[in-house]
Amino acid sequence: MNVIETSGLGKRYGGTWALRECTVAVPAGHVAALVGPNGAGKTTLLNLAAGLAAPSAGGVTVLGGRPAGSPAALDGIGFVAQDTPMYKNLSARDMLHLTRNLNRRFDQAYAEARLGELGIPLKRRAGKLSGGQQAQLALTLALARRPRLLVLDEPMAMLDPIARHDFMALVMTAMAADGVSVVLSSHVLAELERVADYLILMSRGRVQLAGEVDDLLASHRMLTGPAAEADRYAERLMVVHARRGEAQAHLLVRAAADDPVPPGWEAHPVGLEELALAYLREPSTTALPGPARGRARSPKLASGRR
Amino acid sequence: MTIDKGSSQPPAGARIEFRLDPGSGVPTYLQLVQQVEHALRLGYLRPGDQLPKVRDVVASLAINPNTVLKAYKELETKGLAAGRPGQGTFVTATLSQVALPELAGLRRSLLGWLASADATGLDEDGIVALFTSTLRDFYSRRGDTSDRRDAGTGTGEGVA
Repeated sequence: MNVIETSGLGKRYGGTWALRECTVAVPAGHVAALVGPNGAGKTTLLNLAAGLAAPSAGGVTVLGGRPAGSPAALDGIGFVAQDTPMYKNLSARDMLHLTRNLNRRFDQAYAEARLGELGIPLKRRAGKLSGGQQAQLALTLALARRPRLLVLDEPMAMLDPIARHDFMALVMTAMAADGVSVVLSSHVLAELERVADYLILMSRGRVQLAGEVDDLLASHRMLTGPAAEADRYAERLMVVHARRGEAQAHLLVRAAADDPVPPGWEAHPVGLEELALAYLREPSTTALPGPARGRARSPKLASGRR
Repeated sequence: MTIDKGSSQPPAGARIEFRLDPGSGVPTYLQLVQQVEHALRLGYLRPGDQLPKVRDVVASLAINPNTVLKAYKELETKGLAAGRPGQGTFVTATLSQVALPELAGLRRSLLGWLASADATGLDEDGIVALFTSTLRDFYSRRGDTSDRRDAGTGTGEGVA
């Protein structure tokens, strides 16, 4: 099952396309990271999936084909918006009361137990809680709706390192205990490297790279060798990004581990951050899953091919 | 901070606690595998012991549960652990060649040797260099006999 599936999805604000020709399928059971620079279209995509905005083009379904924004879709999604907005003057208890009454399903016992474990006093006003506690409260409210998909938009941007760790621990525990799928966005890839096992890389309103992290890492290599030969090999290999000095060049290429390495060149495995940076520096290069949507084992390179 | 309450408490009954080294470059699942192997070698884990529950590992390290499952699957593939449905993953084999009391004895005699090396004025680097080169000599001198040993017993018990 795909937790988010889009086809030709686009969103225009005035004359500007915030998201264009977005076709992507995020499989269930993963922590999918939506990564890209500011203005790449991450929030737009998440808002469309959560049903908070209507598409200008194309379509989006969630949780195995439920139209985004439909009651069936809304029931299955827990959404925490950027900066975890709260009614600052309401107490944590009032926030629970409000959320319970605004939703068809709300697990009060779960919410109270979590807040108790987290040491968040129910009487305290949301505005008086620390940043970390506000984020935990927002997350608890979202999880108490017992969603199948948890969508988090830049959840950790405002949090200190301990609060980040505790926030992510709560998300991961929900995933381990209840099988919740997670889609979260960030412009800081490093903080996601430990948790994400599916990556969607976005830039300039388009999806550039999508796939399981293990597959993406296994299908890319860094080749280091003489700069004089770099152009010759660049024609034959699928080069994502090249960095060259006068003598030595580094080519990040799409190649499997057992592909032959040109004589005189060294091959090294790449890390997630290195891979993402290489693609983000070459916005015209894309690698998207092939016809088997979302299940592609070896994504096809759509452009930037020889 | 109070928000940490409960989540990072070592779960009751867990024999080992995992840690992560983000700078090591070793994939997270492999770090977990290596720590279990290390614990098996040093006798912290024995056959029948339960590995930390996925939920507890996830809560204390804030990592993806799929990563822990991958590590445990790898340990199963290596024949070191087995999952019991609804209960968790349990150790099924050991890597330790000698029991804990013998290890403690060997550690004591090594400490005695270290004290005498220190007394002669060798510093830490010197001790490491001397130990490493002696270890290499030791194994290379009996390199011709080690084949026979392996063929004979199939284990490393002849080492002690």
